Amino acid sequence: MCTYNTVITELNGSAKGPSSKWFHVDHATVYYDHPVHAMAGHALNIDIADPSAGPGQRVALELTAESARALVQAIEDALAAVPPEIIAAG
Amino acid sequence: MTDTITARTVTIGSRDGTDIEAYLATADDAGRRGGVVVIHHMPGYDRSTKEITRRFAELGYDAICPNLYWRQAPGAEPSDAAAAVRAQGGVDDSQLLDDVAGAAAYLRGQEWSNGKVGVIGYCSGGRQSVLAACHLDLDAAVDCYGALVVGTPPPESNRPNLVTDLPSLGCPLLGLFGNEDRSPTPALVDELDQRLDDLGKPHEFHRYDGAGHGFFSPDRPSYSVSAANDGWERIETFYGTHLS
Repeated sequence: MCTYNTVITELNGSAKGPSSKWFHVDHATVYYDHPVHAMAGHALNIDIADPSAGPGQRVALELTAESARALVQAIEDALAAVPPEIIAAG
Repeated sequence: MTDTITARTVTIGSRDGTDIEAYLATADDAGRRGGVVVIHHMPGYDRSTKEITRRFAELGYDAICPNLYWRQAPGAEPSDAAAAVRAQGGVDDSQLLDDVAGAAAYLRGQEWSNGKVGVIGYCSGGRQSVLAACHLDLDAAVDCYGALVVGTPPPESNRPNLVTDLPSLGCPLLGLFGNEDRSPTPALVDELDQRLDDLGKPHEFHRYDGAGHGFFSPDRPSYSVSAANDGWERIETFYGTHLS
């Protein structure tokens, strides 16, 4: 089905996207719906983008629900392993 | 049926006065003919939808697919356009009606038009096909597994169902559904069938065991050969009856 459900979150960082160029990103769009490329009926899709540079300026991920949860856990684990003072220092 | 078709990108006027891109496929030697508006699915104005549009030309129709994402993402690669539009909340129903109305008018203005125009949509486009048939001057509509036509939309959805629109359905409706689909479920297809019966609206539903959502999509794992083949035959017969 088309879920229509879309979650948008603000970000502050960089991504490497089209033409292997780095660019600043300020938000991510997250939704569970039909993927374009992944071999699944539905996928957890993430678009990390800079809309000010046009629709093509994005990094796109299409993940199975299981692998999306694994990615979330990996991010949490990586952050948990960092001393708080280092995170605070930026 | 013809092997001689012409396909190209054109600019059409939406009903609201905006010029938008569309993909036009015409049957070159079919004589006087009907037209078909193809509504692309949420992943966009993509190759598979253009293949569908060309197939209708092979069947002897003038077919057109308006790019519903042109306003927000002109010239963008289809998946990029789909992502950009999704981030902005998607295509609202009023724009959809404007674009389909513009596409239908464009088809009726073609040299060989017989004045009859049908509409077809898949997935999100299935709901939009029903919506268009409730509000526009059309001669036949096909809903391929459209969700949110009836039933209670999930809380996060920003689209209403079409229950209050159905009394305005103005043309025959062909519905094609997979019995393994979860949206719409077979129970929701039953509900739509019953509502149309109660309203006295002409409709014809076909439902396929072993097929789920998206069974017409040859480039996706949901593709079902048997359901898609039978579905295409049903569409050909339905349009042959109502667009001739």
